[in-house]
Amino acid sequence: MVRRRFSFGLVSRLSSPIYGRSPCSGGIWTPCLGQKRSFMTAKDLVESEEPEKKVTNRINMFSAINQALHTVLDSDPKSYVFGEDVGFGGVFRCTTALRDKFGRHRVFNTPLCEQAIVGFGIGLASMGNRAIAEIQFADYIFPALDQIVNEAAKYRYRSGNLFNCGGLTVRAPYGAVGHGGHYHSQSPEAFFCHVPGIKVVIPRSPSQAKGLLLASIRDPNPVVFFEPKWLYRLAVEEVPVDDYTLPLSSAEVMRKGSDITLVGWGAQLAIMEEACDEVSKLGISCELIDLRTLIPWDKELVEDSVNKTGRLLVSHEAPVTGGFGAEIAASITNSCFLRLQAPVSRVCGLDTPFPLVFEPFYMPTKNKVSMIQHSKHTNCRISFQSMCG
Amino acid sequence: MALRQAWQKAGKVLNGGALVSPGSTFARALSTSSDPLTLEIPVPFKGHKVDPPSSTVETSAAELVDFFRTMFVMRRMEIAADSLYKSKFIRGFCHLYDGQEAVCVGMEAALNDKDCIITAYRDHCTHLGRGGTVLEVFAELMGRKDGCSLGKGGSMHMYNKKGGFYGGNGIVGAQTPLGAGLAFAQKYLKVDGVTLAMYGDGAANQGQLFEAMNISALWDLPVIYVCENNHYGMGTAEWRSAKSPEYYKRGDYVPGLKVDGMDCLAVKQAVKFAKEYSLKNGPMVLEMDTYRYHGHSMSDPGSTYRTRDEISGVRQERDPIERIRKLLLSHEFASVADLKAIEKEAKKEVEDALAKAKESPSPDAPELFSHIYRKSYGAEAYGADRKESTVKLP
Repeated sequence: MVRRRFSFGLVSRLSSPIYGRSPCSGGIWTPCLGQKRSFMTAKDLVESEEPEKKVTNRINMFSAINQALHTVLDSDPKSYVFGEDVGFGGVFRCTTALRDKFGRHRVFNTPLCEQAIVGFGIGLASMGNRAIAEIQFADYIFPALDQIVNEAAKYRYRSGNLFNCGGLTVRAPYGAVGHGGHYHSQSPEAFFCHVPGIKVVIPRSPSQAKGLLLASIRDPNPVVFFEPKWLYRLAVEEVPVDDYTLPLSSAEVMRKGSDITLVGWGAQLAIMEEACDEVSKLGISCELIDLRTLIPWDKELVEDSVNKTGRLLVSHEAPVTGGFGAEIAASITNSCFLRLQAPVSRVCGLDTPFPLVFEPFYMPTKNKVSMIQHSKHTNCRISFQSMCG
Repeated sequence: MALRQAWQKAGKVLNGGALVSPGSTFARALSTSSDPLTLEIPVPFKGHKVDPPSSTVETSAAELVDFFRTMFVMRRMEIAADSLYKSKFIRGFCHLYDGQEAVCVGMEAALNDKDCIITAYRDHCTHLGRGGTVLEVFAELMGRKDGCSLGKGGSMHMYNKKGGFYGGNGIVGAQTPLGAGLAFAQKYLKVDGVTLAMYGDGAANQGQLFEAMNISALWDLPVIYVCENNHYGMGTAEWRSAKSPEYYKRGDYVPGLKVDGMDCLAVKQAVKFAKEYSLKNGPMVLEMDTYRYHGHSMSDPGSTYRTRDEISGVRQERDPIERIRKLLLSHEFASVADLKAIEKEAKKEVEDALAKAKESPSPDAPELFSHIYRKSYGAEAYGADRKESTVKLP
């Protein structure tokens, strides 16, 4: 395993950032097998991920996640799934039939206590088990924020690698659903992206969800896995039936282009794809990247892409100020400054609490994204940007 | 308060009209007498570290009629909300309170406007009890301007400043420490009122509740923790989520009382007792043994975790409105026709409010940005289409 030098100084660490794919040797993350380590272009990445002919089933996202959980519980006798109402299948049916197949000692309901659910999961994981905790909605994860930030993320570090809770995976449905209101629609990923020691993973589709969830559960680091609830039933895809993982900290290029790079994750990618289709009629060729893992994120892939196109647009549902798009924007501006032909743009949710009736105004819709894409291409600065970032 | 006054006026009109029920052997007018009347509460109280109050409660005919009217309006309102949701006028989440009306109506009988109430998301009827109107509730449910929270809160976030109703909170259990804070303010400012911090059996397992109980006991705050135990936390029965489903004992060093929450009079007695206690000694826990007929929310049929027999059994034996109806009829304070007249008035009131609420417009686009801070950004903000929504923030 190549060990990069870890420096605390302000020296520019363009090639070995702490959030790059090469973890430092301080034991914050354990390097895991299968991570790409060499310099790769976006082109290489797309080609190497060409799937072979596999037996697939046409299923939706909650079924894909259900299959992943079945696989984990089957393959590892020391894995457990718990959370509020998971016994009967969960409010989104992701845990259907698990209790019947694996028993009440491995799949069990917890009372209404998020802090205790995650804390309990950390304890379970620190004894070498795979604890898969479900938080019913990401909006309710905040009582558990202390446990995740102060306990899970720092366990390995503060014990000098004596103990760790790498077996912990916290799953939570996140994101807007059309009528969720304040407390069933939030995207809290940015809060967790600020914490070295955990990983944050967000899939965009059923096949991605199954592979990424299997990878997250088997990753020897605590992972917070946000599932876009809008896509639970809506997204239907051919999903391989076997056990497969997708690499973490590796972004994927969904469509190649040459004029502008778009970066997003989760349900927002569907919106961005529509926007890309729309502006391609105007002759703008867009490169769309799914980040998949938010921390540690695949900085090299995004940098390569921006070095090629010269423009970047980041889009997410969470409010624009302090959202993860800010990190991407700052990082890319730093590393690709001389190649950028326009400022990095963020088309995100507005800086308001997630509204009730105003959801269509709040959301970063296709029109907002395509407007910015167009403006970026024509380099015309309009004050629209001041609202969207 | 407005609701109560309106009903009292209606009652006077009916009384003056001397209603005669057809086919009855005697003609008796609807009694609105305020003469004291003592009744026995059938289900005894159970105390934890406190002697329960007597099960003889003082009430009056007028009060019983008032209970009946108010509960009936609440019941009609919730049923109307059910059909509104199914016809997609209400979107998002809607948690209905029917079956539990006795709790908020009984509470209000023992409280005044110096007291505060804070509750969870099943708050439509609690809002009404604190002085809200049916129009405000419907408009808020549909997200319209005339709603109590200007249409920005929705079903789970109804507030009433004059009535001391602090909502309407979506996150389970989060309102209990807030209740402790309200009580501290009341004690400090010598308001001579209590705070009722309400929560459910599901929320009883939240850590923050115990933190709140500890600090209110430590500082002798006049807060009453009211656990509305409808026996199911969403779909989970109480015995499956709590080691001790005796929620009135969960305060440990905080004394508690178990109350039959389907009996208005029992609730009134308990809250009166708790208020007196709390103003002198600090917190108390009241567990209201109640039941909800609907599921947890409109997306829950309510029958996958409990049998239909159980629901109809409770409806037949313990329904709060039927209990008061039987009392009124047996004591001959009202005839069947009188009660039917009241019901008809109530239905009309709810329908009128519904029609008016449907006409209410949606809030304007600038409301999206208002009230985030006290003083906003001073920036210009655009909606998805600049021509359609542009606002200069204050």
